[in-house]
Amino acid sequence: MTALRNVGAIVEKEWRHYFGSPIAYVALMVWTLLFGIFFYFAFSLFLRQSMMAAQQMEFGGGPKMSLNEWLIRPVMHNMAVVALFVAPMLTMRLFAEEKRQGTIELLATAPITDLQIVLGKFLAAVGLYGLMILAGLLNLALVWHYASTPPEWKPVVSGALALLLFGSCFLALGVFVSTLTRNQIVAGILSFCLFLGVWTLGWADDPSAGPMMKALAYLGVTTHMEDLVKGVVDLKDVVFYLSFIVFGLFLAHQSVQSQRWRA
Amino acid sequence: MIEVENLTKRYGRTTAVDGVSFRVQKGEILGFLGPNGAGKTTTMRILTCYLPPTEGTARVAGYDVFEAPLEVKKRVGYIPETPPLYPDMAVDDFLDFCAKIKGLPAASRQGKIDEAVGKTKIGDVRGKLIGRLSKGYRQRVGLAQAILANPDVLILDEPTAGLDPKQIIETRELIKSLGGDHTIVLSTHILPEVSMTCGRVVIINKGKVVAEDTPANLTRRLRGAGALRVDVRGDAAAAAEAVRAVAGVVAVRSRSESSEATTLEVEAEAGRDVRAQIARAVVGHGLDLLALQQVGMSLY
Repeated sequence: MTALRNVGAIVEKEWRHYFGSPIAYVALMVWTLLFGIFFYFAFSLFLRQSMMAAQQMEFGGGPKMSLNEWLIRPVMHNMAVVALFVAPMLTMRLFAEEKRQGTIELLATAPITDLQIVLGKFLAAVGLYGLMILAGLLNLALVWHYASTPPEWKPVVSGALALLLFGSCFLALGVFVSTLTRNQIVAGILSFCLFLGVWTLGWADDPSAGPMMKALAYLGVTTHMEDLVKGVVDLKDVVFYLSFIVFGLFLAHQSVQSQRWRA
Repeated sequence: MIEVENLTKRYGRTTAVDGVSFRVQKGEILGFLGPNGAGKTTTMRILTCYLPPTEGTARVAGYDVFEAPLEVKKRVGYIPETPPLYPDMAVDDFLDFCAKIKGLPAASRQGKIDEAVGKTKIGDVRGKLIGRLSKGYRQRVGLAQAILANPDVLILDEPTAGLDPKQIIETRELIKSLGGDHTIVLSTHILPEVSMTCGRVVIINKGKVVAEDTPANLTRRLRGAGALRVDVRGDAAAAAEAVRAVAGVVAVRSRSESSEATTLEVEAEAGRDVRAQIARAVVGHGLDLLALQQVGMSLY
């Protein structure tokens, strides 16, 4: 009970920082703007292609095009790339700024545990990121409003879940990196490089690859998005993301604790 | 209330605190006196569970800082040297956050905040962003944060550093008024501050306790060994000679010389008051005595 309240207090405080500074607004703006642009391009492409498909239909060929496959899926994939850039913005100051301002001493001498601090900060970042995803999904509401045959909603939900889980992995790692330095720029750049590294692990996925490469590819965060975005919720993917997040938070917690001994 | 035994803290090869032991009774105000880098802050950080000790034990209200840090933290209010504040938060929001992480129940939270705001006289800046406050107000917001949960023990690291004289007096008054209900440990490097607020003083230097006594006793001891500053007009060499001839004077240094006046720094034997004799000697040699002042109040 007290643990929950403590975590809640940290979340609330971080949200005050996010929305008391330009960070939240810039992140929301970049995200919704890019979501809109990707949505517009994917939609135009879909219209052109479906027009051509309709012409072919007259000659008895071509399947009916799915909005899910042609519109929503590519946008989700593109937004995963945007998450790579936005996540460091959300996490870089979480611990670095506390250390620079000396306010870490306030948190460390308050009757709350290091784990509660780490969790609170992580959940605050996830909350803002979730809000960004929801704001982006508003674009899709248009499709429901205007389409004669609306797309399936389940893949949209699982796609949003994929984005949330995928981004949360970055956020967890970002929280860890932020504990390492008192300079938020350093934290931001390091996080970005680390995220990029984890991202590229997925590229090792090649049918001809050896067992080593296969194992590396499995660790890549992108590999596990495919099925979710298609609408297939496989427990093994969800478990992968959750364990990745737990690992990131574990590193962050260890780092915060060990700094007391080294300080 | 506080029991510190043989406390040692090493950072790599440097020893910041070396076998420090002291006790503080309930309701007492203890002054922690020493030069910068003496280990005051480190000791305080151990007492507030911010740092673990390398050796030795520290207990606050019967709880060991290492074994039961959460219990200790619940009972301790702390302001570090620079008060830990979020510049982008309003004073009220900040205190509300502090009240939450200090575990104050929702029902009594607002009342406690109002009380702390009243005691530290920050009512007129409650709605302002902390980043826009003056140094004095920030210090007081830090103090409000420390007394918020009405802790048994208050640990204040140089609470008057960087304040103007009026604010210093107000802060000292506030600290004094808090004694009795709270057990207070405060650090400073200004001796008069200790004599004005504290019931007992621990002097620490290079990580070791060098003296522990009441301020009155310490001042008495220091006064004996203290230096005198004598401002004289007239022949500088003759003046130095005249003062040196006074019985009980150990050394005389001529500090600043101008055509107008000479300042002599006089060191006297411990426990001997030679002020009257010096005055007589200077005047007796036909020189003008402009000022005679004790300067041995400070430790260094």
